[in-house]
Amino acid sequence: MTTTTAPPAGAQPGTPPSASPRNRDTRSRRGRLTSGEGRMAALLLSPTLLVLALVILYPLLSAVHQSLFRAESGLDADGFVTDVDAFVGLANYADLFVGESGRRFLNALGNTTFFTLTTVFLETVLGLCLALAMNRAFRGRSFLRASILVPWAVPTAVSGLLWRWIFQSDGIANTLLGSEILWTAEGNASRAAIIIAEVWKTAPFIGLLVLAGMQVIPAEVYEAAKIDGAGWWRQLGSITLPLVKPTLLVAVLFRMLDALRMFDLPFVLIGPGKESVETLSMLAWDESNQLRYGSASAFAVMLFLYVAVVAIVFVKVLGADVTGAKELRLASRKRAKRTDSPTASTQKAEATR
Amino acid sequence: MRQRRRTWQTLLTTTATLTVTAVALTGCGGTAPEAKSAPGSAVAFEGKGPINYVSSRDSSKAANKSIEEWNAAHPDEKVTFIELPDSADQQRQQLIQNAQIKSDTFSVLNLDVVWTSEFAANKWILPLPADAVPTDKMIPGPVNAAKYRDTLYGAPYYTDGALFYFRSDLLKAAGIAAPPKTWDEMKTACKAVLALPEAKGMSCYAGQFDKNEALTVNFSEAVASAGGTVVDADGKPTVNTPEAKKGLNLLVDGFKEGLFPSDAITYLEEQGRRAFQDGKLVFLRNWPFLYSSLSATDGSSKVAGKFGVTSIPGTDGPGVSTLGGRNLAVSPFTKNKATALEFIKFFTSEEQAQKRLALSSRAPAYASLYADPAVVAKRPFFPTLLTSLSNAQPRPKVVQYGATTKAIQEEAYAAITGAKDTDTALNDMQAKLTELAAK
Repeated sequence: MTTTTAPPAGAQPGTPPSASPRNRDTRSRRGRLTSGEGRMAALLLSPTLLVLALVILYPLLSAVHQSLFRAESGLDADGFVTDVDAFVGLANYADLFVGESGRRFLNALGNTTFFTLTTVFLETVLGLCLALAMNRAFRGRSFLRASILVPWAVPTAVSGLLWRWIFQSDGIANTLLGSEILWTAEGNASRAAIIIAEVWKTAPFIGLLVLAGMQVIPAEVYEAAKIDGAGWWRQLGSITLPLVKPTLLVAVLFRMLDALRMFDLPFVLIGPGKESVETLSMLAWDESNQLRYGSASAFAVMLFLYVAVVAIVFVKVLGADVTGAKELRLASRKRAKRTDSPTASTQKAEATR
Repeated sequence: MRQRRRTWQTLLTTTATLTVTAVALTGCGGTAPEAKSAPGSAVAFEGKGPINYVSSRDSSKAANKSIEEWNAAHPDEKVTFIELPDSADQQRQQLIQNAQIKSDTFSVLNLDVVWTSEFAANKWILPLPADAVPTDKMIPGPVNAAKYRDTLYGAPYYTDGALFYFRSDLLKAAGIAAPPKTWDEMKTACKAVLALPEAKGMSCYAGQFDKNEALTVNFSEAVASAGGTVVDADGKPTVNTPEAKKGLNLLVDGFKEGLFPSDAITYLEEQGRRAFQDGKLVFLRNWPFLYSSLSATDGSSKVAGKFGVTSIPGTDGPGVSTLGGRNLAVSPFTKNKATALEFIKFFTSEEQAQKRLALSSRAPAYASLYADPAVVAKRPFFPTLLTSLSNAQPRPKVVQYGATTKAIQEEAYAAITGAKDTDTALNDMQAKLTELAAK
């Protein structure tokens, strides 16, 4: 695994390594940075790390810290609030699984998972179709691409309002369907409304990302396949899909992380406090709105862990190439091949493949 | 191995970045409220100088006019208007955060009437001196809503009460002389009107029944109109009573019997307005601000000139409206408290209220202004509104209002959608409210 010298963590992933021979020589001694280089790297990175610590680590730790406290409020004889922030240890977390707050938490967890699975699945299928359509050469293709981008460009809160108009009881949806479905009340109709609006908004994102992946597939590959007599489906299954898989996985991962944090669409489209669409983010918001910061932090920390676990599992199981490490490895292999005599490192690279 | 570790690091930072918004939502930046030391009961309003007035936008600009007038007369004690978001939730959050960090930026606060208890109990606003507001000239309801435990904390700025809109043309066609005063009369009137050929496809009545603050308003009105209370004078919840059950049943049966259109479960103020304006409803419970759009003669309203207003119906006579409106209060953390108090006196004076009335349709707290012939000529519903207001009740005056209204919405919504029967819903509501009252 130590075969590549990607730029140090924090540098732009995917930056092509310089191809000058001198650099390559340095690179063959990868893993053995001199102490001077190491110090320099640490020095150059420290501002980034400092900022990251400030804007990520501190709020995170502070949220964890806050989730261990609970405001034990009461009223004194004159009716004034006497609240003390009591240390309750993990009680806020234990409460996530029992009683009324447990019911709400598990419901929100279920909703979040349900929305993530359904919307990401649907938008991946739809996004792929969009990308396939856009990848063909036809007149007005650039117009189609631009117009497909529109739903993604609309702010989520605005598209929430838009869909609220469509789904209100005397709105377009009911008029077109000739039905009297109460989309914005509680129940499965409101879940369906969320899924439709979310897929409409985010399928273009996957579509455009996948399209970018498709366009780097060399045309010769398809030509060769055609000569060998492969039909459209065969080309799709054996060339397009395998080759866009890395891009597609990254797109799906991003969408999943986004969907797990879904807040504004159900909030605007259906409204806060509706059980059938309440997500974990909405629950955390609602708790903090009630000034119960302890349990709100506990909800948020659980959401954070959930998102982190999903991301890690996704990367481990499916090998989504988030950091662009694979590309770098390929690039360095290609370069190594181009040199006349294979260096030791290339052999090592071959071995670790 | 280094490769793998780096992947992990990057992954963690990515997820952290993505989640940081969610974490930020918990308000981790806001410090937890500390135990407060009691300031002396008699507050000294000292310090003169510039202050900030914090409020949501006033689209009529009437409030801005009052402030300009003050600033012209007090060049050394200028008032700056700080605008808050339109959403009441966001306003409350900003006001609370500001109080929790004891910032002196906000001086005079514009508070929704339902926040009075919470802000007063947390000492986020100051009790006002007895002579600060001419309460004897004001309608008692709004004054009561500005009090916490019999101490006045806010100066009533404007108020709001329910109106019952009815289709006068259809009632006349059905041979009904006077608009209904009780639910039973309303049901009888509906039967007669809906039998008319011109009322084809119409429904009888709608309020606001979506799961929202408006549902708390409609539920409280139904309970109060049936002779019950949501909480008693001591702040103890009382929703497991026969009266409360009768009240909630009015709403539940309304849906069951088809008196309300089935989509009224998604109605807020706006949807109800549209339904009534398009001629789909015979009766509508709503706020006064609808009056002008309903009587618009530019063709947007199908009911212009065909409707009237009265008080909402009750079980035995006119019903009890819920009070809306706003109060002004002084933050204890501001430096120039004397100026703040003087400004409140000026802003909520009868003279200023009258001046603003010419620009804005917000209902003043002064009873005398409702009888002014010039005002009534412009707003014919004002005498009706005054009746509604003098009979009005505030929503539960509790410190934990946010959680209380949530619990009410939860259970009332479950009952009217049929997810729970009335008894279960009310017993569950009573249990939740009792738990909240103990805090």
